[in-house]
Amino acid sequence: MIEVKNLTKYYGDKHAVDGISFSVKQGEILGFLGPNGAGKSTTMNILTGYISSTSGSVEIDGYDILDNPIEAKQKIGYLPELPPLYTDMTVQGYLSFVYDLKKCKIPKKQHIDDVCRRVRIDHVQNRIIKNLSKGYRQRVGLAQALIGNPEVLILDEPTVGLDPKQIIEIRDLIKVLGERHTVILSSHILSEVQAVCDRLVIINGGKIVADDTAENLTRKLSKDFRYIIRVEGPQEDIQKVLSSIPGMKEVLFNGEKEPGAFEFSLESDPTLDIRREVFHRIVNRNWTILSFRSTEMTLEDIFLMLTTGDSAAAEATLAGAGEDGNDQSDSESASADPAQVASIEVVNPETGSTEDVSKPLEAPKGLEEKKVNINENGGEE
Amino acid sequence: MLAIFKREFNSYFTNPMGYVFLAVFYFFSGMYFSITLKYNSTDITIVFSYLFEVLMFIIPLLCMRLMSEEKRQKTDQLLLTSPVSITGLVLGKFLAAFAIYAMALAVTVVYSIILSFFAAPEWAVIVGNIFGSLIMGAAMISICLLISACTESQIIAAIGGLAAMLLLWMVENVATLLPDSFAWLGNILSQLSFSSRYDNFCSGILNIGDVLFYISAVVVFLFFNVRVIEKRRWS
Repeated sequence: MIEVKNLTKYYGDKHAVDGISFSVKQGEILGFLGPNGAGKSTTMNILTGYISSTSGSVEIDGYDILDNPIEAKQKIGYLPELPPLYTDMTVQGYLSFVYDLKKCKIPKKQHIDDVCRRVRIDHVQNRIIKNLSKGYRQRVGLAQALIGNPEVLILDEPTVGLDPKQIIEIRDLIKVLGERHTVILSSHILSEVQAVCDRLVIINGGKIVADDTAENLTRKLSKDFRYIIRVEGPQEDIQKVLSSIPGMKEVLFNGEKEPGAFEFSLESDPTLDIRREVFHRIVNRNWTILSFRSTEMTLEDIFLMLTTGDSAAAEATLAGAGEDGNDQSDSESASADPAQVASIEVVNPETGSTEDVSKPLEAPKGLEEKKVNINENGGEE
Repeated sequence: MLAIFKREFNSYFTNPMGYVFLAVFYFFSGMYFSITLKYNSTDITIVFSYLFEVLMFIIPLLCMRLMSEEKRQKTDQLLLTSPVSITGLVLGKFLAAFAIYAMALAVTVVYSIILSFFAAPEWAVIVGNIFGSLIMGAAMISICLLISACTESQIIAAIGGLAAMLLLWMVENVATLLPDSFAWLGNILSQLSFSSRYDNFCSGILNIGDVLFYISAVVVFLFFNVRVIEKRRWS
């Protein structure tokens, strides 16, 4: 649906975008991630034909954005960083203008009403945009992108300025849109991208540093299989039981975090999944697991790793992992430091653990629920 | 193009701009018209010949917002990513301003009709005058539109437009100041004068050269306008 090849953009001497290539399939939701100034907006502006590239090509459904701009633009709905609103118009008037501008063929009144309902601005349709709050303006901007049901939606930070409830609404909306449209979404809110997108493209300094699903990135980049467990029971016995589990490499005592509850860091053989065994052995002795989570890298860690100075090491890891899943030991020396730093940050017992305290209370009901909790915290299966 | 025209035209009336432009125009043209009546004259060309000075000041104000505001509010992102050609965009904007101007100028038809109660006016001269004012205004609008496209600030667009209008008004005087060895340059400059060509219309002369001059000015400046926007995308 979208083919981007070797896209380059210079602003004077500055490389804003430096040889980016990727493609997006029909119906895919692609997350476009990068720190400020990485070239996200520039890339999106080139994709939509607002500015031109210095070299490289963009094809939207087979139409080159420079050679056939009208056909290509007809297929795109674009929400720029700042929603392009005429603040002196009413919402209705503005959307009707956009409708005319895009030369839509669908019945007008009905289509505009429909779009307004989808982004929930139907009750402010007759108000002047100037008087709307930022969240509503953002939604009017989104409505503008949806007018004409374009096949491709390009959204530059669509949830900026919205309150948490609206953010969830918009995310759900984007997910629904992803069923019918091809969506490119930029953001620097990682949880958002993780929640919505099928695939991630992470760019830094105008270059793509990663292009994969969130799960794959997490798997490829995290080499350590570490868990943190908090158990209520006698400390020494717990430590002994944990150490005796097959595949366990190391058990570290982190201290008594709650009265009568002790926390341990576990490191296991990466080829074995020790979680079930740990659970059964603890529960069989009638001790209680208060929290159990993996310290695999979260998307945040990956993002930081890829977009800070360690990106070379991270890329090496990615490349190594890409060739062979078990080949991680080779690249370990190159990338040991960032991973170490990342996992230490995560191991920090003060963060995250507060959320976990409540969850294990439900856990005794069944094994499955508990696993779900682990998944949500840890990321990987 | 039609969508842009419609939006721009309507926005002249959701903002005070359109009303202010029309009011100022009606006030001054009405003033000159009443002076004409006061001196018992039925020669409406006096009204037209004074219009140049009025237009010189108010056309830059009519056009200052057209392009600069789009850039400042980033609404050009919407226009330039829509399936609309840049030519269509520029034409839509130009025609919107021109339509307001034509609305303002339409009042002279009313004046002519009022005059016709007193004496049979020379309709050919009146039609020629209105036509001349229309195409001269169009040329002024296209120049001010170009200046608006070059900046993000309405104020700079207005002052720049005013400076351009003043220059076109005075260019003949500048030409006379040139030393004899530059007479050829003075010749060229005086040919560019908007006011002297307009005076021809006011004296009832319909010179095909003057008509072509204004129309080609419109075309050239609109073309520049398209190029300026196009160039910005490539920089």
